[in-house]
Amino acid sequence: MLKHVFATLVSGSLILGAAAAQAQEAITGAGATFPYPVYSQWADAYQDKSGVGLNYQAIGSGGGIQQITAKTVTFGASDAPMTKEELDKNGLLQWPMVMGGVVAAFHVDGIDGAINLDGKTLADIYQGKITSWNDEAIAKLNPDMKLPDTKITPVYRAEGSGTNFLFTHYLSQVSKDFANTVGEGKSVAWPAGVGAKANAGVASQIANTNGAIGYVEFAYAAQNDLHLVHLKNKAGKTVAPDMDSFMAAAANADWKNAPGMYLVLTNQPGDNSWPITGASFILMHKKVQDVDAARQALEFFDWAYSNGDAMAKELDYVPMPKNVADMVRESWSEIKGPNGEAVWKQ
Amino acid sequence: MATPQAIQTGGGLGGLSEATRRRLQRKARIDVWFERTLFAFAFAVLLLLGAIIASLIASSWPALERYGLEFFTENRWAANVEVFGALPAIYGTLLTSLIAIVIAVPISFGIAIFLTERCPNVLRQPLSTLIELLAGIPSIIYGMWGMEVLAPLLRTWFPSVFPAGTGLATAGIILAVMIIPFITAVSRDVINTVPAVMRESAYGLGCTTWEVARRVILPSVKGGLVGGVVLGLGRALGETMAVTFVIGNNLFLNTTLTGQGTSIAALIANQFSESDGTQRSALLALGLILFLITFAVLAFARYLLRNSTGRHA
Repeated sequence: MLKHVFATLVSGSLILGAAAAQAQEAITGAGATFPYPVYSQWADAYQDKSGVGLNYQAIGSGGGIQQITAKTVTFGASDAPMTKEELDKNGLLQWPMVMGGVVAAFHVDGIDGAINLDGKTLADIYQGKITSWNDEAIAKLNPDMKLPDTKITPVYRAEGSGTNFLFTHYLSQVSKDFANTVGEGKSVAWPAGVGAKANAGVASQIANTNGAIGYVEFAYAAQNDLHLVHLKNKAGKTVAPDMDSFMAAAANADWKNAPGMYLVLTNQPGDNSWPITGASFILMHKKVQDVDAARQALEFFDWAYSNGDAMAKELDYVPMPKNVADMVRESWSEIKGPNGEAVWKQ
Repeated sequence: MATPQAIQTGGGLGGLSEATRRRLQRKARIDVWFERTLFAFAFAVLLLLGAIIASLIASSWPALERYGLEFFTENRWAANVEVFGALPAIYGTLLTSLIAIVIAVPISFGIAIFLTERCPNVLRQPLSTLIELLAGIPSIIYGMWGMEVLAPLLRTWFPSVFPAGTGLATAGIILAVMIIPFITAVSRDVINTVPAVMRESAYGLGCTTWEVARRVILPSVKGGLVGGVVLGLGRALGETMAVTFVIGNNLFLNTTLTGQGTSIAALIANQFSESDGTQRSALLALGLILFLITFAVLAFARYLLRNSTGRHA
């Protein structure tokens, strides 16, 4: 009896497995965790429409770059762009797929609503130079507010991440001192504060600690109802982090003159621009062996540019402007099959 | 090793019938193969260990060659500017494990002695099972518990000692909870091997429970207890996930007990996926160091066991 059940189970699963392998027509990709929610949302909708699924492994930007370099996936994804030289060395093409904002959130008993900071003050806080919420530098930026004598606990992302890269890239631009002592990167040695694991860990540490300040992707701050910092941007205006200010920063970005589309969207000009935004990038080989796989992937990205804006906004991501999407589509002509013919045709 | 030939030519077997002799020969052959297979299994472990060490050394060589002794003396780990110092992580690993052992050992021995000596029979089995269940909880659950429950509690109760709630001591406490079931289970099992007649004689002489535990039971199973502690220590040294959540992940050397710090395993877990080039090599060198530390601890424990007079040495 038991033997029979076992045999049925084994043969059944074999048949199902074979069927699944047959029906499986999926684009494979790997990389950044930050855009994963929007990619999977797009993939669901796209599969309903076209029957082609997406198998995206959110293993981190570094992993994405490694996997695409090793050609184990059709596309890789990274939050930090690769420079033109790095791209050329590996024969890769890169383009921005979706954008997001990094926001600073805080928790101080006695302060309700937002607080105003500028980049220099934020850098000083993260270097451990400003240690109390009623510090003169903060008071000057918030003249109408009664600031308590609470100790500041800066919270940072412990693991290497694209969010770290954007935040340190911004602080390095607005504070020479920060650039010299800490510098920018996915993993830096923070001189002060507490390192928490992942966006969720940072959000939780902020929510639990009186006096904490930290940085997370906008979606996490919105979901956790954290008080947000308003930042003074390059134009000297203090702006609130929301979809409009993220879009403003993106609109001012000069993609046309960025070689290899290497562009970090921090500290952009414009009265309404939020200073810490970033794009998430897709990486593909310029010379592909599997033409069908590459074409399927490009068709998916094309569909996402045309139809994915509403879904992206719903998840607090910023869609790419139409002119940028068109520019990206043009760049796809550089992706060629073994016989030298372009994979993508408009 | 008994070979078939030895049996064939053995003088004592001369009188046996042909069939019996063949049967014995076959059995001897089976035994030979059995022994060889066992040897191959045992040897495979050595081979695997050797391969791991060799590949660790090979892949960490670029970093070790570039930084040399500085790798062990530099007091910060800043990947973005390629400054790699293992000191903060080594300090954090050793300190958190030490804190864990200091907390866990007396509690574990206490539980073990209670379970074997004083516990009512009804409670013995359920309590043992509960403690062993603690060992089955995935480490990430301990990490989340540490972040969401323990750290906020410490921050509220002792704000001057634990201003952020997280830190080296917090990680040590979590580790202690994680290794208590291991040390307890081993201690209970070895204490159970103490013959009943020994404790009965001691009680018969008028010893108190404390005296029986202190002077009769513990000394007679010293070796086994050390084994249990080492098992726990080995686990504490390499624990990754739970520690990462609560240790604070500060990459500067911070020679305090309760301050923010990092451990080797936590640092590797945090940076490995986004690393390449020198950083990856440096992280693998950290892995090699952790390997050597664990090896040294186990070797030291072996040494203790050999020198101890306990029955279970």
